[in-house]
Amino acid sequence: MTENLHLLLPEFLLAALAVVVLAIDLFLPQERKNLLAWLSVAGLAGILALSLPLLWDRDVSLYGGLVEADRYALLFKAVFLVLGMVVILGSADFVKKRLRSPGEFYAIILFAVLAMSVMASAVELLTAYIALELMSFSFYIMVAYGRNNPKSNEAGVKYILIGAFSSAILLYGVSLLYGVVGVTRYAEIEAALAAALTNSDAVSPTLWIGLGLILVGLGFKIAAVPFHMWAPDTYEGAPLPVTAFLSVGSKVAAFALLLRLFGQAFMPAIDQWQILVAVLAAVTMTLGNVVAISQRNFKRLLAYSSIGHVGFMLLGIAALSAIGAEALILYMVGYAVTSMTVFVGLIAFFNVTGRENVSDLNGLADSHPFIAAAIAIGLFSLAGLPFFAGFTIKFYLFTAAATQGLLWLSGLAMFNSLISLYYYLVVVRHMYVDPLPTEAPGTEIAPDTGPGQPRAKPSILITAVLGALVLGVIFVGVYPFPLLEAIKAAVGSLLPLAS
Amino acid sequence: MTMDDFKSIALLLTILIPAGAGTLLVFFPRDRATPIKLFAALAAALTLALTILIFAMYDYKEGGYQFINSYPWLDRPLNIDFSLGIDGISAPMVLLTGIVMFGGVLISWNVDRRTKDFFILFMFLVAGVFGVFVVRDLFFLFFFYELAVLPMFPLIAVWGSTTNFGNFIRAKEYGAMKLTLYLVAGSVLVWIAIIALYVAAGEFVAGKGIGQASFSLEGLAALSDDGAFSENFQRIFFPFFMVGFGVLAGLWPFHTWSPDGHVAAPTAVSMVHAGVLMKLGAYGIIRVGMTLLPHGAEDWMPVLIGLGTVNVLYGAVSALSQRDLKYVVGYSSVSHMGLVLMGIATLHPLGTGGAVLQMFSHGIMTALFFAVVGIIYERTHTRDITVLGGLAKRMGITVVFFAVAGLTSLGLPGLSGFIAELLIFIGVFKEYLPLAVLGVVGAAITAVYVLRLLARAFFGPVEDPRWEKLSDGNPRELGVSAMLVAILIVVGVWPLPLMNVINAGVAELLARFPGA
Repeated sequence: MTENLHLLLPEFLLAALAVVVLAIDLFLPQERKNLLAWLSVAGLAGILALSLPLLWDRDVSLYGGLVEADRYALLFKAVFLVLGMVVILGSADFVKKRLRSPGEFYAIILFAVLAMSVMASAVELLTAYIALELMSFSFYIMVAYGRNNPKSNEAGVKYILIGAFSSAILLYGVSLLYGVVGVTRYAEIEAALAAALTNSDAVSPTLWIGLGLILVGLGFKIAAVPFHMWAPDTYEGAPLPVTAFLSVGSKVAAFALLLRLFGQAFMPAIDQWQILVAVLAAVTMTLGNVVAISQRNFKRLLAYSSIGHVGFMLLGIAALSAIGAEALILYMVGYAVTSMTVFVGLIAFFNVTGRENVSDLNGLADSHPFIAAAIAIGLFSLAGLPFFAGFTIKFYLFTAAATQGLLWLSGLAMFNSLISLYYYLVVVRHMYVDPLPTEAPGTEIAPDTGPGQPRAKPSILITAVLGALVLGVIFVGVYPFPLLEAIKAAVGSLLPLAS
Repeated sequence: MTMDDFKSIALLLTILIPAGAGTLLVFFPRDRATPIKLFAALAAALTLALTILIFAMYDYKEGGYQFINSYPWLDRPLNIDFSLGIDGISAPMVLLTGIVMFGGVLISWNVDRRTKDFFILFMFLVAGVFGVFVVRDLFFLFFFYELAVLPMFPLIAVWGSTTNFGNFIRAKEYGAMKLTLYLVAGSVLVWIAIIALYVAAGEFVAGKGIGQASFSLEGLAALSDDGAFSENFQRIFFPFFMVGFGVLAGLWPFHTWSPDGHVAAPTAVSMVHAGVLMKLGAYGIIRVGMTLLPHGAEDWMPVLIGLGTVNVLYGAVSALSQRDLKYVVGYSSVSHMGLVLMGIATLHPLGTGGAVLQMFSHGIMTALFFAVVGIIYERTHTRDITVLGGLAKRMGITVVFFAVAGLTSLGLPGLSGFIAELLIFIGVFKEYLPLAVLGVVGAAITAVYVLRLLARAFFGPVEDPRWEKLSDGNPRELGVSAMLVAILIVVGVWPLPLMNVINAGVAELLARFPGA
């Protein structure tokens, strides 16, 4: 049992890195705190470089079946490590200018990355729950990080209350499930479910209530309708880099957990929950996209749009199968790259102007052509237009769902993409068609910039990050083959029998 | 490089040259317009030469897909190949695209605002259009179909123009948004049907244990022959293709984006959009709907021909009452695309062949229309027919070119439109006599609005003193127009080279309809 412990080295190192960052923070003078960002990124890169050879092509169970070191976990570890780097690099300028105590900020990001890694590898309910809570706690703190901003405080409080509430529901569901089947390891739950279902009269309703509550609890975490009410306020109030991390990282991690849970534990009961998840997906995508139309704050708009995307991803869960899982993972990766492009573009814009309303983007194509182009590319990709990641991942996902008998839901998802295109185009119109405001009124958020310097340049760092993300969006869009190979390997670990 | 080498990459180059030019343009300095324009013109000239070569090298006696090449893209489970090839129906479309693209770049010389962005988007627009015509894979056909829609929004919203007659205002943003949403809504229908097709094919091959389904057009066509798509399935899903692609072809009642979008668009974009993009719609119906779902197509053809007839009449009558020069042309496109749809729906060699010829002819003619209107608008800054008048005195050559386009559109013998419309009407007469009569009435109304336009806006006395100082088109503008005029005349007088190729493609298509 302990001979495999070195396979958890990436997790140990991540925790150590976070602590080191915290410790060094104590000794660094305020003006040199930016070094911590570089230290964190270098650490993440080092851990990634170590993990790949260490965990390549393995399928090992650790800690007596609590976590799994398989290709599925490795793929998501790589995704989260890269995501962590992108978030830290993308937020360095923002943090330097607007947040106090950057040391803790970066350390908490690292803890969140650690939690996400464990979420993707946990194969036991309580381990998964603990990892989920570690991630949630990291986000509770980060959301409220804008200490002097009342909106940020409000967002933090809302998020904590709803988060605790949903955790309780989730735990209650877990305990009910445990009460029926008496085990918490995924493989054993799967066996117990399969056995129970062969004799359907004997299935206790408690089991279904437990499963339902687990779905509801996780539904809160991923902001699926009708458990989404916290998301727009939290997104709007949180500091921008946190919003980005929250909307991308927490969702991808929660779906990594969901996919493993449903694929490895609840798979035998797919006939029972498929329709439920499908309806949840339908409601989520429709409400998210329709409400997004009327949003004026860019962060709120992205919040609703990301609810819409959660609906699409739930479609992948509903279509759970080898092809469905492949499509869902591809979608998550593509969504992560695309969404980060938009968010980093928005951060770059916010850095130079201190604004975040859609109408503030007027004339951006004239004042900052590159930022405008990057945001536009990200939005077109989110809308599912080709040449960009969005088209390929949507095509794959919707096709996969249709092969599982969910053509009606795929069709609904396509119409939702059409709706989303409208409000993304409105943003593009603001950037490309509407003229640059001649005199920009000042805002209280950014006394240091604003009027007088609308043409301030974004830093080279964030421009480079943005450029890399744009290339990533195009890469996934036109040549997803290498990525898909890795995903197929991951799905081979996840659902060994299905493929 | 041997001939075969060239044949294997020629089609790829039609996509890569515009797309590559668009990519390279990103690195041009933003504030110097001339190098950008020269580079774009070079790329366009190269593409035009390439498309002429491709068309000339297409061997109609052999028929079928030629210039075949294939690159694996995704294997199991979707099995998507980036496979290329053109047949007798797509070859003329490739040539058309090359011509209109070249004309469009030259006519855009006066784009001074964000010149770089304009040409980048324009290049990707053209790359998307070429892509649709040259691929043999359903996934990539859809990929490029959507790619062609994407640049339209910024192209129209940024560089377009707003129509404002006081009580009638159509903002360019409105036109751009309407066009984009209509077209993407249509493509959603297409998308649903594509996926349904793939799933049905997958279930069929799985049931027979014969390999895997793919998105290959030929593979799906072969499965369709084997009965993978039940008659009921075909009856349900053919309308998805018919309406989905039909939106882009201006199918009534989903045509309303077309006049608004074309009027709002800058000249070159109107040329490409009305000239080529609307043909993508008709091409999609032929290539995907009719090829893969022949039974469904046969059942729905009476509806399509009926709607096409409404298109012809409705477009013509609407064109009669327009005040904006460009709206007249926009509605005339709706009317002429109706003829294309009618011709396709006859499932008769003459009618369908005529429809493909009409696609080509109308593409050139509309490009000429929009080019000339652009030349006029550039000088007068209005397109209001009630204000214009007597332009022929100052802009003689331009007006003559407009007249040629107009005469083509009303079907004057000796110009390409005559042959195309003649073939279509013969086809329709044989199959649906009453509709043919209505179609001819529509063509007659065309004569009325074209002649009314000529009389009102171009001839007669000069009403406004502003028009006294107008100058005729410059050599570049007139050169583009003259090129298009020459093509209309050549095709009108000697359509054989074009018809040989088209007939080869149409014969293969109609061979799938044993009943017709």
